[in-house]
Parts: sequence; structure tokens; C-alpha cells
Amino acid sequence: MRYITDRKRVQGMGSAKTGTEHFWSMKVSSVALLVLIPIFIFMFGAMLGKPHAEVLAFFSRPIPAVVVALTMIVGFEHFKGGVHVMIEDYVHGMAQKICIIGMTCVSYAAMAIGLFAIAKIAL
Amino acid sequence: MSEPTRPSRPLSPHLTIYRPQLTSISSILTRITGNALLVPSLLMVWWFAAAATSAEHFAWANYILTSWVGDVVMFGSLWAIWYQTLAGTRHLIWDNAIGLDLKTAEKLGWAVVFGSFGLTTVSALIMMWL
Repeated sequence: MRYITDRKRVQGMGSAKTGTEHFWSMKVSSVALLVLIPIFIFMFGAMLGKPHAEVLAFFSRPIPAVVVALTMIVGFEHFKGGVHVMIEDYVHGMAQKICIIGMTCVSYAAMAIGLFAIAKIAL
Repeated sequence: MSEPTRPSRPLSPHLTIYRPQLTSISSILTRITGNALLVPSLLMVWWFAAAATSAEHFAWANYILTSWVGDVVMFGSLWAIWYQTLAGTRHLIWDNAIGLDLKTAEKLGWAVVFGSFGLTTVSALIMMWL
């Protein structure tokens, strides 16, 4: 058994049947972010440093609120996918599982807090 | 059936063997910028949460984000997000099997580097004026 190479062990077993979902989800989110991010940069950049009342008034408008909400959802989803691949490359074994679960939690927590904040500002 | 013991085989050359090239460096920077963007992302979530909470919280978050440390972090992040956007666009182009030849790949690499500097400068100037 130990003389069999990795390739020989999997030969003839067919494809893994999975693997394109991650690529496709990163592709879809990156195209969405290509539109969202430039708009978000200028909206956030314009408001950073402005008085509280002005910030609340701006982000309670429909388009800025929706852009922020979408950026939170798609941005952190895209981050979750990207950091997953980085962890797979550099961390192995149990630590890898802990890191992936941890960063997934961070991504969804940040997304949820961001969405709660913009909802509270807008509504 | 546990993991079979593997005979030692020669490894293919990796980062320590190759001379740094524009294509490899610009690829590594894509990963670094993309993951480092978590820092300003969390800062911005905090800023929005503070704005939603109260004037005192907002004053505190706004103070940190517009302090000189905050300015350095946010300006660096502005470059990182533009770099990530352009490098991502390069991947979307490459996905179609376009621009993979060395000459075009080098050109795209420089476009990402100088494009990110250009977009950072222009957008920072516009936002200072906004």
C-alpha cells in the first residue's frame, strides 16, 4: 500500500464532483463588488469626518442605505471566501478548521452588525 | 486505514527558488490587500454602528477614524481597495483565457500597480473636496 502514489490511489475514481462552487461564488461577488465598491468608497469618503446629523441624514436616504447594505452583504461574503482559501494555504490540521470557523463567524458577525446599524439609521 | 507513509519525493521549486517578478509580486499583493481590508472593514462597521447608537459613540468612532493614525489607515486602505478592485478585474479577464501570455500579463500587472496609485490619488482628492 505505501508504495502507491497519491495519483495512483485516486485514479479511476472519477472527479470530486465539487470544487466549482467556490470559484463561481467568488466570481459573482467580485462582479457585484466591482459596481458597489466605487460607489461605496465615494459615499463613505464624503461622509467620513462630517457631523453626526449630516451622516444620519445622508445614510437614511434610500440609495445610500441600500448601497451600504449590499456592500456589507456581498463584501463580507467575498471576504469569507477569500480568507478561507488563504487559511487553507498556510494553516493545516485542527488549527485550519478553527481558523476557518473563526473567520466565518467574524465575517457574518460584521455583516450582521453593519446591516443592523444601517437599518437603524435608515428606518 | 490511516494515512499511508509517503516516500520522500523531490518538491517542485517554490517561492524561495524563483526570482521575484511583477506577475508573482502583484499576485501576492492581491492576497495581502484583500485580507488586510478586514481591518478598515471592521472600523467602518464600528463607525456605522456608532452612528446608529448615539452622538457620544459616534464622536468617539469619528475621532479615531479621522485621527492621524486613522487617516494613515484609511488612506492605505483606499489604495488597498483600489488595488484589490483592479487585481480582481485582472482575474475576471484572465478567467476568459485572455491576456495570459507573458507580454500582456506584464502589461496588466503594471496597469494594476499604476492604476491603483492613480485611482487612490484622484479619489482621495475628490473626497477631500466632497
